[in-house]
Amino acid sequence: MKEIDYASAATLSEAASLLSKAGDRARVLAGGTDIIVQLREHRRDIDLLVDVKNVPELSAMTYSATDGLTLGAAVPCYRIYETPAVAAAYPGLVDAVSMIGSAQIQGRASLGGNICNASPAADGIPPVIVYGATLKVQGPNGSREIAAADFCVSPGRTAMRTGEFLVSIHFPPPKPRASAHYLRFIPRNEMDIAVAGSGAYVELDAGGQTFKTVRVALAAVAPRPLPVPEIGEFLAGKTVSDEVIRRAGELASQAATPISDMRGTTEQRKHLAGVLTRRALNGAIERARG
Amino acid sequence: MAKQIVQITVNGEPTDVLVEPRDSLLETLRENLEMTGTKEGCNNGNCGACSVMFDGRLVNSCLVLAVEADGKEVTTVEGLATSEGLHPVQQAFLDKAAFQCGVCTPGFLIATKALLEKHPNPSEHDVRYYLSGNLCRCTGYHKILEAVNAAAESMREGA
Ligand code: FES
Ligand code: FES
Repeated sequence: MKEIDYASAATLSEAASLLSKAGDRARVLAGGTDIIVQLREHRRDIDLLVDVKNVPELSAMTYSATDGLTLGAAVPCYRIYETPAVAAAYPGLVDAVSMIGSAQIQGRASLGGNICNASPAADGIPPVIVYGATLKVQGPNGSREIAAADFCVSPGRTAMRTGEFLVSIHFPPPKPRASAHYLRFIPRNEMDIAVAGSGAYVELDAGGQTFKTVRVALAAVAPRPLPVPEIGEFLAGKTVSDEVIRRAGELASQAATPISDMRGTTEQRKHLAGVLTRRALNGAIERARG
Repeated sequence: MAKQIVQITVNGEPTDVLVEPRDSLLETLRENLEMTGTKEGCNNGNCGACSVMFDGRLVNSCLVLAVEADGKEVTTVEGLATSEGLHPVQQAFLDKAAFQCGVCTPGFLIATKALLEKHPNPSEHDVRYYLSGNLCRCTGYHKILEAVNAAAESMREGA
């Protein structure tokens, strides 16, 4: 690794001033599981790492059934599934963070870092989109909020401007008869990058038979984690049936615009987007019915 | 950037060490502190050979900077045995001959100890899932699974 400077920020304003002064020569350090590898392999050229793990807002995780979950951007994955109330409220998030790397990786890597790294194949991003989360970013002149669905714009690029950084991710409180499910296809059982992934959120009516709200987002089939609003529009108000779920899968395959690479072909990935979306919807429905 | 002194408690001993910001905890352990028990396999977070406990949490030391370890507690494979003898996990790996070249072994020992502290009676799925971040190019894993089961049993008996 080339020589680099390191600074640990203690407050939001200290982190903001370090990052805005260095501009695109600096990068945030949270769990380090992506950035350290990128620096070592010369895939990123910067002069300064700003460690944000000591900034209270970035390391805090607060949850209540009325206010939802506010997850600091540097909170490591394991804290999500080792906190029973949070794990019970957001099972679709647990699906994803318990498949990001190994136990070793989950001990360090943060969901916030997974989002900011903005890989189209990131497992952590589809659940954040389908839960309808809002991302709070801080810049030198204050903070603003970005909807999760609008955050990633292209491989490795986000809607954040130079000098801005992610502070926290807010998930709305869980609703009755609503849940989510995320799953991916990989050729092995663990420790791999998604060939394709799908996350689905469903909210059912009081009888548990009709879709009220549905959101689906796909991984690894487009230049960014891909929300598929067509599916939500199609399913809203419909009675749950194999037929409408099959149609939702077709919409997912149509929305997918994957490339062919060493992990899978365009054709295979479009097919997987459909299959995984059907399974994710069925999984979310099952959880929503409890 | 200038070197700086960080204080890392390694296997219970507070240790001052002079590091550069780009030095990983793995390099610092092996090169500055000459504790070569912890191994480098991939140096990119995939193989688990560099596993250590970091403030009580299993991590890859190749993905932690030494400067991040300032004020933290690290347990390496050198910290497993006591004056009474080997740790039950070490004894089980030895009894079952769960290694060939041994490069993966320190990482497996640390990860197995972390696994068994969480799941004293793990299913085969628990073991395979938890240890999926540790790769072995030699054994085919069968003997490792046997050793983990033997270690689990002896730790339950000892508890
Ligand atoms: S050397 Fe650290 S994970 Fe392989
Ligand atoms: S014994 Fe050689 S890598 Fe495991």
